[in-house]
Amino acid sequence: MDTTLLTRRDECAWEIPQRAPMRAPVILHASEALVRDMDDKVREQAINVASLPGIVQACHVMPDAHWGYGFPIGGVAAFDAEAGGIVSAGGVGFDVSCGVRCLTTGLTRDDIVPVQKELADALFTQIPVGVGSRGAIRLDEQQMHDMLVGGAKWAVERGWGRVDDLERIEERGQMLHAKPGDVSEQAKKRQREEMGTLGSGNHYLEVQEVNAIHDAPIASAFGLKQGDIVVMIHCGSRGLGHQIGTDYLRAMLEAAPAYGLALPDRELACAPIASDLGQQYLGAMRAAINCALANRQILTHLVRQIFTRVLPRAELGLLYDVSHNTCKLEMHRVDGHSRQVYVHRKGATRAFGPGHPDLPAALRAAGQPVLIGGSMGTGSYVLAGTRESESLAFSSACHGAGRAMSRHAALRRWSGRQVIDELAERGIVVRSPSPRGVAEEAPGAYKDVAEVVDAADRAGLARKVAALAPLVCIKG
Amino acid sequence: MKDRWEHFEHGADVGVRGLGATKAGAFEQAALALTAVVTDPRCVAASDAVSIACEASDDELLLLDWLNALIYEMAVRRMVFGRFEVAIDGRRLRGHAIGEPVSIERHQPAVEVKGATCTQLRVACLDGGWLAQTVVDV
Repeated sequence: MDTTLLTRRDECAWEIPQRAPMRAPVILHASEALVRDMDDKVREQAINVASLPGIVQACHVMPDAHWGYGFPIGGVAAFDAEAGGIVSAGGVGFDVSCGVRCLTTGLTRDDIVPVQKELADALFTQIPVGVGSRGAIRLDEQQMHDMLVGGAKWAVERGWGRVDDLERIEERGQMLHAKPGDVSEQAKKRQREEMGTLGSGNHYLEVQEVNAIHDAPIASAFGLKQGDIVVMIHCGSRGLGHQIGTDYLRAMLEAAPAYGLALPDRELACAPIASDLGQQYLGAMRAAINCALANRQILTHLVRQIFTRVLPRAELGLLYDVSHNTCKLEMHRVDGHSRQVYVHRKGATRAFGPGHPDLPAALRAAGQPVLIGGSMGTGSYVLAGTRESESLAFSSACHGAGRAMSRHAALRRWSGRQVIDELAERGIVVRSPSPRGVAEEAPGAYKDVAEVVDAADRAGLARKVAALAPLVCIKG
Repeated sequence: MKDRWEHFEHGADVGVRGLGATKAGAFEQAALALTAVVTDPRCVAASDAVSIACEASDDELLLLDWLNALIYEMAVRRMVFGRFEVAIDGRRLRGHAIGEPVSIERHQPAVEVKGATCTQLRVACLDGGWLAQTVVDV
């Protein structure tokens, strides 16, 4: 992106000033190097988002932003229903509530290394992963309805998890006001065999080691110390969410003219929050959030079963579960006043600061854990929400590294076998049904996650707490 | 124009493009490009056919519906498709997707496609043929 087109506010804040037809400015929260690396399409898409009706304050762009569809990935935008604000299926994405969950284990590297391959094989064979995989759980109509209403709480009530997991999940494991009746039969059918599956693409399950502590007091509050082993799960609402995205993107495309929405591009399809279609989408999208929460909860149960067999000494507790493709109704201070706004976070993580009432008591003083997934070789990070993040970007932070090159470019450069062998030499065991998938997801195909996290820290969006390095990666 | 498909660059996702002598041919080629996101279409046996019908108010929405119908059938049937037959009559499309159940060993599927987006969505009559393209989310 050409930085001469931007106004620099400070080291990690750049503004695209408001000019017609924009209804608000765009603020990019990133270092100069990251902004320069961003695709010009990010600027174009962020300006389009800032032109949508009812936008509040600004369209915010996270340090890991890249070209998406409609909204940039790494885009945050809040809309006021009473000011004609809109909700956008493209502003949430197809993988509704895709997110990351981190489990502590009570183990250290020395516990893992002797059984590293055995553990990798057990996880790979017992967790459904990759294209065409099926879960062991089949839901009938009533069970599907209950899952879509109950989320992780439903899963725990069915025996897939512990009650104390729930307070460590956004919305305490259950997104309220979900409306299964607004979810199509096709979406439910697409999900019927996909409960407890990991998916493919950039989704993964990793066993990781805490290899650096950047903020000891907060790390301690999160139960993390140098050398600890954690499990990170990255996946979303599977086929149900994908179909809800498809259904409502299409419906919003057809309906936009009737709502008087003059969109600069079809990919911005949306509906007024206060419209029937807007409300139906919110009801369906919340059901998809519950599906994602239930899915990650079931995967957690499977992981616990596997660890019990391979490493009986392990005690898997939930550190936290974040979603990074959502639209949520939240209260924020805007220009000195509290306002209820619908915050779209597409490829962006909610990052509530210390003292936020929605955080569980054990985490309230430290701030919300913000889980940043890296790629297979480059590791992941745990951050914590800051007080200033609310005024900066509606309490939001980055979500990952973001791709540096396309899947095709990665495939031209690496083979899956080569990536797996190189990672093995570094002590990382990779298991995947698809060598081509591994090549497309090669660590070198992603931006430097450390640079993204440093920028988020310097921008004040979230504070860096701990760095994690993979030992085992199960890749879809 | 010789019927062919190709992928085009998109940062995180994949652009699928079909080129054909006719609009229907371009839609068939776009479908092959969609399969190629997942696996090599030449490795897919033609053992089962699935019928698909779509109707939309314009060509671009028709392409969107065609690709999304294929994505749906791939997901719920756990199939991959290597051959497509499309007939377009005004705003109506009738088609067949011919393929087989996905095999991890033979197809080595790289990634599942979540949905077709409106990004770079275009259906156009070019010199001597048709183009049908969009970006799909993976």
